[in-house]
Amino acid sequence: MLYRENGQFKTSYAADQQIFPILQDRVAIGALLAIAFVIVPMFGSEYIFRAILIPFLILALAALGLNILVGYCGQISLGTGAFMAVGAYGAYNFLVRIDGMPLIAAMLLGGLSATVIGVLFGIPSLRIKGLYLAMATLAAQFFTDWAFLRIGWFTNNSTSGSVSVAKLNVFGLPIESPVAKYLFCLVVVCVFALMAKNLTRSAIGRQWMAIRDMDVAAAVIGIRPMYAKLTAFAVSSFIVGVAGVLWAFIHLGAWEPAAFSIDRSFQLLFMVIIGGLGSIMGAFFGAAFIIVLPILLDQVPQWFGIPLSTATTSHLVHMIFGALIVFFLIVEPHGLAKLWSIGKQKLRLWPFPH
Amino acid sequence: MMMNDMAVAAQAAASASGGRRIGDVVLDLQNISLRFGGVKALTDISFNVREHEIRSIIGPNGAGKSSMLNVINGVYHPQEGRILFRGQERRKMEPHMAATQGIARTFQNIALFKGMSVLDNIMTGRNLKMKSNIFQQALYWGAVQKEEIAHREKVEEIIDFLEIQSVRKTPVGQLPYGLQKRVELGRALAAEPTMLLLDEPMAGMNVEEKQDMCRFILDVNDQFGTTIVLIEHDMGVVMDISDRVVVLDYGKKIGDGAPDEVRNNEDVIRAYLGTSH
Repeated sequence: MLYRENGQFKTSYAADQQIFPILQDRVAIGALLAIAFVIVPMFGSEYIFRAILIPFLILALAALGLNILVGYCGQISLGTGAFMAVGAYGAYNFLVRIDGMPLIAAMLLGGLSATVIGVLFGIPSLRIKGLYLAMATLAAQFFTDWAFLRIGWFTNNSTSGSVSVAKLNVFGLPIESPVAKYLFCLVVVCVFALMAKNLTRSAIGRQWMAIRDMDVAAAVIGIRPMYAKLTAFAVSSFIVGVAGVLWAFIHLGAWEPAAFSIDRSFQLLFMVIIGGLGSIMGAFFGAAFIIVLPILLDQVPQWFGIPLSTATTSHLVHMIFGALIVFFLIVEPHGLAKLWSIGKQKLRLWPFPH
Repeated sequence: MMMNDMAVAAQAAASASGGRRIGDVVLDLQNISLRFGGVKALTDISFNVREHEIRSIIGPNGAGKSSMLNVINGVYHPQEGRILFRGQERRKMEPHMAATQGIARTFQNIALFKGMSVLDNIMTGRNLKMKSNIFQQALYWGAVQKEEIAHREKVEEIIDFLEIQSVRKTPVGQLPYGLQKRVELGRALAAEPTMLLLDEPMAGMNVEEKQDMCRFILDVNDQFGTTIVLIEHDMGVVMDISDRVVVLDYGKKIGDGAPDEVRNNEDVIRAYLGTSH
């Protein structure tokens, strides 16, 4: 009843092409941002920041990057962990080897390193599709796992391959407290989400989707498959690389190559599929589902005072979580974002659906 | 041969309506042969297309009509033969290069971008005309937004022309078949092509839809002067709207000329009606 677009007439194409053409959506997103930027930092506990919000934001960013490649351009990738690792170690090297390198510059350079590697491993996509491409990107995973463990130069010759960063600051402001880390991640995620949305609603985004939906027809209307696929790999791995930098620098602080193992790649792919392929919103839904749900499932028995051993709880979490994934994929293969939009569609007519 | 061609052109020009004037040869296919392994899809086919005309390709199933279109816009590469487009010989040809030269096409089995709306599908058709780069698009500042709006206006003209205003935001996968065909024509028109290749635009349509589609094709040809190469099985339509018709059978050309000539051609009649043994 409240969610109506009645009377909201668009009189210009600019108004029609807004990201949120419906007033209620604009209000809602504004309120959400206000809560995220103002209310949450005021009341959030350290646990919430460290265990939930920061990982959620960073993995949402990585899922966003992956979604550009898989959801928008239709090129499957199992090398996301690798591209995150390249971003993290790239930024680390820029930070350690160049004196006075600002954090943001190192982060962007880390993203660019991931772009280079992403494009390199994206080249096979010009000839192969689907599962075969997944195998080719899997090679990126194994290659970087090996490179960061065995090539000492990347880890500044640390014996265990473990590296750490400390005393991070942006424009003189220290990024040490959980709140500062959270806000930094939030700003980065908002900026990248906006840019990703802009890309997907302009010419390049349409080219990606055209390649995804029907590549021969796309070529026939003048889209160069090579350009479209490689830009998707470039943009995707840049965002994923930046997420890798955040994950390593902000969330972990000290890390080793295992932080970006193949498990991470699969986890991100699940997020994208569960959240919704080809949707910016879906990346956030997927990350929330994967990060927050296990924590919730873990906490719920305690709230009700059900005595369960920690081992039982963690097994239960795995089982329920797995069942939920299967359930969602059956009920809505297009993910939570699709469920969300169906819900909104229904709400437009509620409570008088005729 | 040459004389014959000229006579045909003159005749076609005479029958052309109003301001539409059939011009010189824009596309000349010479001795095209195309093989897939041992299968000969096209054998030594030569014909040409003149500017502003409606040129139909007909023939029984498997005659090589669609292959012919795929050769014209660079999806298939013939092993033998020469293709001259606007007097220039084509060497290595990729589909997107054909698009930059102003050749657009529709497909026999609808090849729309299923996950996108009607609007986005047609907007994608204009991608060659969009000049902003990926960095500008990421920021979506001034110039990009202006460009989007300018192209949106053009796309809205096409939407008006094809009378699909009411479904502009609908995902194409949800549209009925006839409308999908129309959207596909719209996407091809969005590129403002000088030559339009239509692969069975009326297949599977009812009479009203066919009439609509015929009207659109004739309007495109008449208003924009677009040269049209048409594959169609409905003989009534072909004989009605074509300037010249080429007939293929088993990958070979068996007839070429104005509709009336083709209709009375012995080989064509045999191919369509069969022979008594």
